Amino acid sequence: MTVKLLGIETATEACSAAVLIDNEVVERFEVAPRKHNELILPMCGAVLADAGVSVNQLDGIAFGCGPGAFTGIRIAASVTQGIALAHDLPVASISTLANLAYQADVNANELVMPAIDARMEEVYWAIYRKTLDKVELIGEEKVQLPVDVGIEEYVSCGLGTGWGAYRDILQQRLVASTENVIEDALPHAQVTVRLAKHKYLDQQMVDAMNALPVYLRNQVIHKKR
Amino acid sequence: MKVLGIESSCDETGVAIIDEKGKLLAERLYSQIELHAQYGGVVPELASRDHIRKITPLIKETLKAADLTLNQLDAIAYTAGPGLVGALFVGASVGQSMAWSLGIPSIPVHHMEAHLLVPFIDQASGLQFPFLCLLVSGGHTMLVQANGLGDHQVLGQSRDDAVGEAFDKVAKQLGLGYPGGPAIEKLAKQSISKRDDFPRPMIDHPSLDFSFSGLKTHTLLEYKKAKQLSEEKADIAHAFQQAVTDTLYAKCQQAIEQTGLDTLVVAGGVSANRGLREKFNQLDDVNVIFPSMKFCTDNGVMIAYTGLQYALAEKFVGTNEIKVYPRWSLQQ
Repeated sequence: MTVKLLGIETATEACSAAVLIDNEVVERFEVAPRKHNELILPMCGAVLADAGVSVNQLDGIAFGCGPGAFTGIRIAASVTQGIALAHDLPVASISTLANLAYQADVNANELVMPAIDARMEEVYWAIYRKTLDKVELIGEEKVQLPVDVGIEEYVSCGLGTGWGAYRDILQQRLVASTENVIEDALPHAQVTVRLAKHKYLDQQMVDAMNALPVYLRNQVIHKKR
Repeated sequence: MKVLGIESSCDETGVAIIDEKGKLLAERLYSQIELHAQYGGVVPELASRDHIRKITPLIKETLKAADLTLNQLDAIAYTAGPGLVGALFVGASVGQSMAWSLGIPSIPVHHMEAHLLVPFIDQASGLQFPFLCLLVSGGHTMLVQANGLGDHQVLGQSRDDAVGEAFDKVAKQLGLGYPGGPAIEKLAKQSISKRDDFPRPMIDHPSLDFSFSGLKTHTLLEYKKAKQLSEEKADIAHAFQQAVTDTLYAKCQQAIEQTGLDTLVVAGGVSANRGLREKFNQLDDVNVIFPSMKFCTDNGVMIAYTGLQYALAEKFVGTNEIKVYPRWSLQQ
């Protein structure tokens, strides 16, 4: 059985789209802060053309659901809803942190810690176990001040803009500090589609209306009085 | 021809489908009013979060009610501005993506033009270009001369608070609910003295601009000065509403004299105010049109209708870029 998936990822300053056909992936990737809205559909068109498939041949669509910039993850979710609705496609929501974790260069079953600069002096972070071609969340994804990050497991790799902004503090939170840190790691749609393939094969896809952002930060207003 | 319209510029998620004759086939509207009521006004981030939860279910329901599938649509219109940037992005992204993947035109609609054009949907109104329009809502206060599709002249607008905003802020200070318009209207009705001594801002000014910030402050000072008994509160609400109504009325009279136009459309959420409606019906020799209430507040129908007009005129924007214009001027 052939699997054809479209993936988009706009949660951070990076904007990307990818098409997966079985094990082959084509991607367009650009670091373009605040331009995701202009770039994303032309990028989708470009990767579909590169892969030689049309939207109505797809089996599903995957998107980076966050955590990340609120507007960015809403654009990904909205575009996904629109395309999924138009072609009655099932959807896979792929964590931006899982996306980073997948990129870690570690041995199978080692733990990695992706962290994204969440502004307001906080980081979005999580611990993932990296297996051969999957990642598994250990505990839950959180948004916290770097000094409040609590890790009890041995982590062999840190990656993401959270490490770029708070490397020293985060190192101190680890059981043992690691040299394997990639501060400029950004989520890629080619990873989004690879992780989505598992969801598709495991029949864990959802309906278009459930293509929703994961914000983590829910305190967006302080109620007066 | 069938056009689907999406509205998500502020705190209403609206979806509608209209046919080439302008006949409404189905519509769905979800208001976030309760969500924002506890904060006394619209919280932009919460509005965006609610739009994205509601928009796809609403589109599905609307299609079902019209007994149509997406493949039967000819164009998709969405509000591209003005409005809250995050809220606009939800409707624009969903609308543009649907149109892109279906291979049909997308039509970015100006929210205020949609308010201007929606009275045409009621063909019995006999409305024709050119006409005057007073747009009064929580976000806007403007007097517009509508000459034709995409051809509008803003004659005057608020230099500070929008009328609806002034109603909301005064209501909040008086300890009334949100939205403020209906709350003040209800309280004003209870005024026994029918107090009416508040200033009419900019009424003698030669321009057609408005200003409601000073009147709002005056109202709050009067309230603080008073003993804040319930009768006094009702009197203050009455005096405030009278001042607003009279000011809007006077400016419209001035605009009618200046332009020589004899048709006035009063649209926007504030046009639901009964005191305002009674007052405007006193205008002599002028055909005053109030669009039906459900079209006065934000809705998907006006977006679908305006999109249809652009589709019929074959004025399409050929783009795959998702763009919104939070501060889009009505006069391009």
